[in-house]
Amino acid sequence: MGGLQKKKFERGSATNYITRNRARKKLQLSLPDFRRLCILKGIYPHEPKHKKKVNKGSTAPRTFYLLKDIRFLLHEPIVGKFREYKIFVRKLKKAYGKTEWSAVERLRENKPTYKLDHIIKERYPTFIDALRDIDDALCMCFLFSTFARTGKCHVQTIQLCRRLTVEWMNYVIASRSLRKVFLSIKGIYYQAEVMGQLITWVVPYQFSHDHPVDVDYRVMATFTELYTTLLGFVSFRLYSSLNLVYPPKLDSNGESEPKEESEDDYAMNSESYLEKLSALSASLARVVSSADEEEAQLDQFPSEGEDMEKMEAREKELKQQEAQKKLFEGLKFYLNREVPRESLAFVIRCFGGQVSWDKSVCIGSTYDVTDETITHQIIDRPSVGKQYINRYYIQPQWLYDCVNAKILLPVEDYFLGVTLPPHLSPFVEEKEGDYVPPEKLKMMALQRGEKPGNEQEEDEEEEEEEGEQEEEEEQEEDDNGDEEDDEEEVAEEKNLKKMEEQRSQGKSLHVKVTPGKLKVENKARLEQEEKAEEKRLAIMMMKKKEKYLYDKIMFGKKRKVREVRTLPLR
Amino acid sequence: MKKAGGKTALKRSKEEDEEQNQIFNFNRKPADEDKDDDLSDSEDSVYSGLEDSGSDSEEEEGSDDDEEEGSDDNDDKMKEKKEGEVSEEKKKHEYEHDSSDEEDIRNTVGNIPMEWYKDFPHIGYNLDGKKIYKPIRNKDELDDFLDKMENPEYWRTVHDKQTGSDVVLSDDQVELVNRLQRGQFGDVNFNECEPMVEFFSSDVMIHPVTNRPADKRSFIPSLTEKEKVSKLVHAIKMGWIKPRRVEDDGRGRYYNLWASEDSSILARHKMHLPAPKIPLPGHHESYNPPPEYLFTDEERALWEQQDPADRKLPFVPRKYSSLRQVPAFSQFIHERFERCLDLYLCPRQRKMRVNVNPEDLIPQLPKPKDLQPFPTTRSLVYRGHSGLVRSISVSPSGQWLASGSDDGSVRFWEVCSSRCMKTVQVGGAVKSVAWNPNPSVCLLAVALDSVVLILSPSLADKQVILSSERLLSAQQEGEEPAEGNGSVVWSEAEGEELNQGLRLKIQHPKAVHQVVWHAKGDYLASVMPDNTSHLQVYIHQLSRRRSQNPFSRNKGLVQCISFHPIRPYFFVATQRSIRIYNLVKQEMTKKLQTNSKWISSMAVHPGGDHVICGSYDCKLSWFDLDLSTKPYKMLRHHKKAVRGVAYHRLYPLFASASDDGSVIVCHGTVYNDLLQNPLIVPVKVLRGHVMTHDLGVLDVTFHPTQPWVFSSGADATICLFT
Repeated sequence: MGGLQKKKFERGSATNYITRNRARKKLQLSLPDFRRLCILKGIYPHEPKHKKKVNKGSTAPRTFYLLKDIRFLLHEPIVGKFREYKIFVRKLKKAYGKTEWSAVERLRENKPTYKLDHIIKERYPTFIDALRDIDDALCMCFLFSTFARTGKCHVQTIQLCRRLTVEWMNYVIASRSLRKVFLSIKGIYYQAEVMGQLITWVVPYQFSHDHPVDVDYRVMATFTELYTTLLGFVSFRLYSSLNLVYPPKLDSNGESEPKEESEDDYAMNSESYLEKLSALSASLARVVSSADEEEAQLDQFPSEGEDMEKMEAREKELKQQEAQKKLFEGLKFYLNREVPRESLAFVIRCFGGQVSWDKSVCIGSTYDVTDETITHQIIDRPSVGKQYINRYYIQPQWLYDCVNAKILLPVEDYFLGVTLPPHLSPFVEEKEGDYVPPEKLKMMALQRGEKPGNEQEEDEEEEEEEGEQEEEEEQEEDDNGDEEDDEEEVAEEKNLKKMEEQRSQGKSLHVKVTPGKLKVENKARLEQEEKAEEKRLAIMMMKKKEKYLYDKIMFGKKRKVREVRTLPLR
Repeated sequence: MKKAGGKTALKRSKEEDEEQNQIFNFNRKPADEDKDDDLSDSEDSVYSGLEDSGSDSEEEEGSDDDEEEGSDDNDDKMKEKKEGEVSEEKKKHEYEHDSSDEEDIRNTVGNIPMEWYKDFPHIGYNLDGKKIYKPIRNKDELDDFLDKMENPEYWRTVHDKQTGSDVVLSDDQVELVNRLQRGQFGDVNFNECEPMVEFFSSDVMIHPVTNRPADKRSFIPSLTEKEKVSKLVHAIKMGWIKPRRVEDDGRGRYYNLWASEDSSILARHKMHLPAPKIPLPGHHESYNPPPEYLFTDEERALWEQQDPADRKLPFVPRKYSSLRQVPAFSQFIHERFERCLDLYLCPRQRKMRVNVNPEDLIPQLPKPKDLQPFPTTRSLVYRGHSGLVRSISVSPSGQWLASGSDDGSVRFWEVCSSRCMKTVQVGGAVKSVAWNPNPSVCLLAVALDSVVLILSPSLADKQVILSSERLLSAQQEGEEPAEGNGSVVWSEAEGEELNQGLRLKIQHPKAVHQVVWHAKGDYLASVMPDNTSHLQVYIHQLSRRRSQNPFSRNKGLVQCISFHPIRPYFFVATQRSIRIYNLVKQEMTKKLQTNSKWISSMAVHPGGDHVICGSYDCKLSWFDLDLSTKPYKMLRHHKKAVRGVAYHRLYPLFASASDDGSVIVCHGTVYNDLLQNPLIVPVKVLRGHVMTHDLGVLDVTFHPTQPWVFSSGADATICLFT
């Protein structure tokens, strides 16, 4: 009659997904290896739409991968390497057991390794893709480079991370692409604009880490493995884009020239060279020594109307950016030993300043405290012994605030021992209706070129604005609109009632005619009220679903408004 | 040889001896120790030195022994002598063998603690296996002292534990000891500063050091090595061993990976979802945030109470006065790890976020302004009742308003002046009042307790009053077979009640909750809600004074009833549904599902095709009888239970009264065109009643001709909104 009976779960979504365990079995890998493979290849689980169908009728919680992904993994050459490594470990164990030391040595020398180049290429087919995804890589490398060289992960990894991060910082300095810096309680956030991509990374403060026990360092190490490879390739490309020598070399014709070439070369591979690089005080060697970068000039296109405006805006922005890049140019900084040297040196050099520090703090200091041309000395202690007259003694926050404000802020607020103004996040972009901290308004005024003298007026204005807003909100917020009127009426009624009572109690009542009051009708207000009521009535007629959505949106909005209103009251 | 007594004596003496020995030892300790040290340090030399003067010492020993023995027993002396001979023999022996590095073997016990022999008369055995007896002497401290004083050799006398004898050191021996104590070589002739002759020097000599001919094996290749090499070669051939890998240079590891674009990978990459970036930090996270971003105590407490997953911020904002005070963030590694987990464990999904403008969600309705007239303001309040006003009704002319209250009175008001024209005390809480809709009569039905009263308020033209009187009295002349019904008793009002306007009393078996008139004004129906019997609804005919119970079966608790305004239909609302009966055919035509939990009130559109029904779960449902048995529209305008609903007779308005103290007037246009659905627009929310005992507005009714609405509330007032 009707052919074969259709079997369940043999077509449709059930065949598109595979559980993690089955995937593991298919790849013949142990769980850690599978995990590593997923991390390296960027395979993540998928949430099927109909879990029960995919799970063949069971509702047990399972992780599902796309079958296509797993098939894709099957062809990965690294899987073979994993197996090889497994065998290597087995052989090594055996050799140890038999105490065949020569065999152990030989095996060790031939430890199977793998390269991730093809994976990088596959995951990031274009350079821009790689740049877009480099945030996490930078964060991770910066974290690993601060690890102590004990346990937790291989020393080589830490060294490599350190090298790559130093290379990255040197690139950012050379390209002057740093845009924003933020001192948070977690660490220091930096944001750079590299090839049009905004790249943000966070560097922890320089302290030894309290390694938590509930963190799986193998996972982190696997990520780092991938990220170091990625970062290396990206650095190479970035360096070559700026005509810099890739394993970065210090510019030899700079004033901070080391003695002889041969000796220098000898020291090239050692850590001291890396340290010199990481001092960030000297510029890098270029492949083609160019005298000056030609300024990027926007070509003029014949345009009209809106395009014109846009063009102008863009030009203006570009100009501003250029100005920001030269923010610290001509300034000479000296870092006291208690300030975070690396961060400050990085920031100062990124904006064209000159920087030095005490010789005993780090290698690569270029001038001494006694240098009379120093304009700013960065200091973070309540008082200082000997002060030079011709320089500012300021706290480190000034630098960061200047970078975020894109102008040189007045130094008075940041002098030695002065209570610092709040440090604001440069990443917050206030939309309309959001709360703007007064400090930000002040900064914006400064940016516009206004003097800080008239801030009070502004504040007042603000308050007024806020007051207006509040009023509006009140009107909008609830149906309190006509309550006031109601109250009046109620009062009147009360009067009437009293009179009535009097009338009913004592027959001999004094009939009294009170003069009527003229009610002033506020037309605008009435209109508004009417509109509000209309809206309210229309809301009543909403469908249940839409009402729910509407209520949700309005709840969010109201909460925001409330927050904005309560914040400055604290 | 020995006697017991002697033995004990011996023992004692020996013990003493021991003590002395110890003292002696103590006194001579440095020398002794030195000797010992030297023994251990450089045995050979010491022994050699001792050997040199060995004979002397022995002799001296012997003589010493002799002296002692002289003062002791003869037997012992004899033995000693023997011993001396033996030792002499032994000495010769030593010389014969010239075994200078052998032990002192006069006593063969070996290197053992000598106290093991302290209980024995002997201290060991000589080479021949004979016992060496202890010298019997009783040298006490006095003897020792005397010895020290008298004997010039005392300082060089050493006690030999091994043999138990005192040895006087010779001059050579003393010299040796002195030399050793000074840290010099024992041998006087040894020159420690001799020039070194290098045996293996940097100079290549022409002759070999040894003249030994080379082995044969040095000419023949090694077999074992050959085996090993062949094994390795085989392993390399088979690929088991790989040649040493070339150390790859870290510098050349990176190259321009993106030199050429590969389109094959791009195809796959189209499906790729990049992981979302970590949100950027706000002002909260600053090390020195503006003070308003710091937590207050309450917020902090709340933060600590909350589950980490529910927290708005994963950290507590902190303020540090300077950068150097900022500590490490303890959760830094954690956060990075969490991010890692997110990257490889979280399913990713592209989510289309619709940015909805909330204004767009609000439906576009005609403006209430365009739908006028409708009541907008409270213009009159009717006061006079002392209890909550349960029910109101307007006379068909629109001039009078009747209200029944819990204070046991029915009041008649003039609508325009809000004057109470008449008050009738009926003696019980009035549940329902209903004005006869027939304009040619002026009668009011009042339901209280288990009675329905018919009142003739005489508030109309004489003619109308007469006609209503006639209607009431007409049946009197007719028969009175109505009694046959049994449970319902009709009776005439008398005396005082008659003066008040009371005309008829219809006694029901149970409490009556509602009374309604038919549009013609001859029939009226009453409700006695009771879940247990089918006697819940009665239809009374006034002209014939007859009552009948139309239903023979209980279909649920009846809440309210209504007559169809035009056709012979009868609406019965039970808890959850409304049944429509055809009174002519005596069958149920329709059953409306209200989708609400408990119906409170019901009103029929004057056209007769629409029904609204309010329920205690705040809903108002509009039924289009031609459309479906399901509500055409459910309105959830009220916050609390809906108590009353009403249609206007002429205008397209309906109103609903609720416990939240508001009356909502809606515009509800009904079109004659069957295809067009009714348009329902709320036009006004009317407030005017005060909430008392959680009750707000109890009844609502429209003016028959004007767009006015009356509402009666629990605050004992009636309001007129115009």
